[in-house]
Amino acid sequence: MAFLQDPTLIVEWLRQLLLGWGLSPALTSLALYVLGALALATGPLLWVIFLIWFERKAVARIQDRLGPNRVGKYGLLQPFADVLKLLTKEDIIPAKADKFLYWMAPILSLAGVLLLWPAVPLGKGIGGNVNVAVLYLVAVGTLSTFAILVAGWSANNKYALLGAFRTVAQMISYEVPIVLALLVPVLLARSMNLQAIVAAQDVWFVVAAPLPALIFFVASIAEVGRTPFDLLEAESEIIAGFHIEYSGMKFAMFFAGEFLHAFTVGVLGAVLFFGGWRGPGAEAYPILGLFYLWLKAFLLYFVIVWVRGTFPRVRIDHLLDFTWKFLTPLALVVLMATAVLDKALVRAGAWPRALGLLVVNAVIWLLAQRWLRKVEKRLEPPMVAQPGQYPVARYTPPEPQAAEGD
Amino acid sequence: MIPLSWYLVVAALLFGIGVYGVLARKNAVAILIGLELMFNAVLVNVLAFWRYLQPGETAGLVFAVVIFAVAAAEVAVGLALFIAVYRKFGSSDVDDINLLKW
Amino acid sequence: MVTTFVFLLTAVVMLVAALIAVLKDNLVHAAMGLVVTLFGTAVLFVLMEAYFLAVAQVVIYVGAIAILIVFSIMLTRRVGAAWGAQTNPTWPFALLVAGLLTVLVTRMVRAWAPDQVLPAAAAVPADITARLGAALVDPNGYVVPFEVASVLLLAALIGAVYVAWGGRKAEKETHK
Repeated sequence: MAFLQDPTLIVEWLRQLLLGWGLSPALTSLALYVLGALALATGPLLWVIFLIWFERKAVARIQDRLGPNRVGKYGLLQPFADVLKLLTKEDIIPAKADKFLYWMAPILSLAGVLLLWPAVPLGKGIGGNVNVAVLYLVAVGTLSTFAILVAGWSANNKYALLGAFRTVAQMISYEVPIVLALLVPVLLARSMNLQAIVAAQDVWFVVAAPLPALIFFVASIAEVGRTPFDLLEAESEIIAGFHIEYSGMKFAMFFAGEFLHAFTVGVLGAVLFFGGWRGPGAEAYPILGLFYLWLKAFLLYFVIVWVRGTFPRVRIDHLLDFTWKFLTPLALVVLMATAVLDKALVRAGAWPRALGLLVVNAVIWLLAQRWLRKVEKRLEPPMVAQPGQYPVARYTPPEPQAAEGD
Repeated sequence: MIPLSWYLVVAALLFGIGVYGVLARKNAVAILIGLELMFNAVLVNVLAFWRYLQPGETAGLVFAVVIFAVAAAEVAVGLALFIAVYRKFGSSDVDDINLLKW
Repeated sequence: MVTTFVFLLTAVVMLVAALIAVLKDNLVHAAMGLVVTLFGTAVLFVLMEAYFLAVAQVVIYVGAIAILIVFSIMLTRRVGAAWGAQTNPTWPFALLVAGLLTVLVTRMVRAWAPDQVLPAAAAVPADITARLGAALVDPNGYVVPFEVASVLLLAALIGAVYVAWGGRKAEKETHK
């Protein structure tokens, strides 16, 4: 059972095995790389099948429904039935679609999520050890944006294109607060390497940086395009958005990509702010670290599902206002404050440093809330449907009340 | 290790393709695409020289970073101009923009 | 061996994609060609062990510049409209100039031919990214170019917003 303490032994064993079969060392390395890539790509994709079941069940319970319960015990086999249905569906390509790009988009979409995984440290000494990992995460994220733009364009459908434009505006805008929030763990750990970031979390970064964690989380939900930020597929406005023309397995790839992306956000949040694979005994038994990481990621994923089941969708201008006028300035202020205070407390121990930063975060949050209250008073009154008038794009605010004196 | 001249040849070809794009294209955005190709050729050149002549220094990398910034600024302004012109003329062909005033 | 193979493959893919970027009449396809070329450049950076710049290349070029270009191509066309010829009637001259330039530069490089002299370049230090970061804010290093670049970006940002906005009148017209 030595591999429990050092999982790299498995790789060593495989290498010896392949060499024993008479393969050349170069070929063996290649085979191991391919095997690793296959494992890293297949594992998450299989996990998605369970995620779909879990999400449907959880959202159903939140909405006081039963959720899938016919196929198998607790409806556990429902996703398999779904996959079978999607596989046997007719695969329609619109007559005037841009065929090549139409085919590429779902692949790009899924690849953009799967490519995030190689950078993630799964345990002590296992998984990603990329030097510029945090920047890499941002870089790979752009692939999904591209996939959506390409999908919306190639289908040659007005609604698909509108959905794609909305989505890209949203994703590009929310990338700014994400990057700013990502910089805080980098600052605290003094490294962009995710292994180093995990190693630096003697105190979880969520203690020292609760606001960046929150910003990262909220902006990531928007980046994935989930309720309450799922404007890309607002059924009531633009039908299904960018994937309206997709059916069958191509649609399934978008679908799986979205679910996996949501879980990956959980994984990244766990790695960056919740100590990654760290936990009792994880140093000695790296496999245990994998379990801890999975547990933390799953809890974060549950919060995403919870949010999805609870909040209504926001309006597009509110959505963009929220990131540009609130999240981004907030992230900037927190980043500056963290940088200054971290430098000032550089000699203090881990806990005093974390607590000092926590206090600063709390102060900034209180100020931000006070500012929000102030703005709220100036905001437009809630939308009220007037008789004989559509309450949609334009509405007249009710008559001003008695003058308060400017 | 790959010889330096290979990188230089690839960069030269890329630059040539970019020049062709800038000179032969009608559409303003297509001209920008050609420009981007030229920028990339320059980047490859700069980094190749850094890698083969002074890998211990940071000068080459700083140069590349500055080129990134310039390219980003250039595209932002270029596309803004393009949108403004499109709004005025309803066309994005540079041939149609033939008035000195309007 | 493997590096050579990767280099050649990347170079071929890159150049073909660059040709697509300048030759295709369908501008969305041309932009996709540009994206592939940009990725190819990033791969070349990895081969040159400039990892930070490789990732920065993807973030800046693919994530921002290419998306902006694709966006503005899509915004200024009707869906499904025919593209028409996208080349000037004077394209043979363009070909001549570009071809001459390429041939001359290539010949110059071959004549200089440092490939026999230079293949054994020194190793890149492991902390080169950290040193780059320090050099960018070091008064004795490159803080001035760095700050100038940031001012340039700010100016470009404001200028782009001003030019594309077109004033309140244009805004009212677009919202009609």
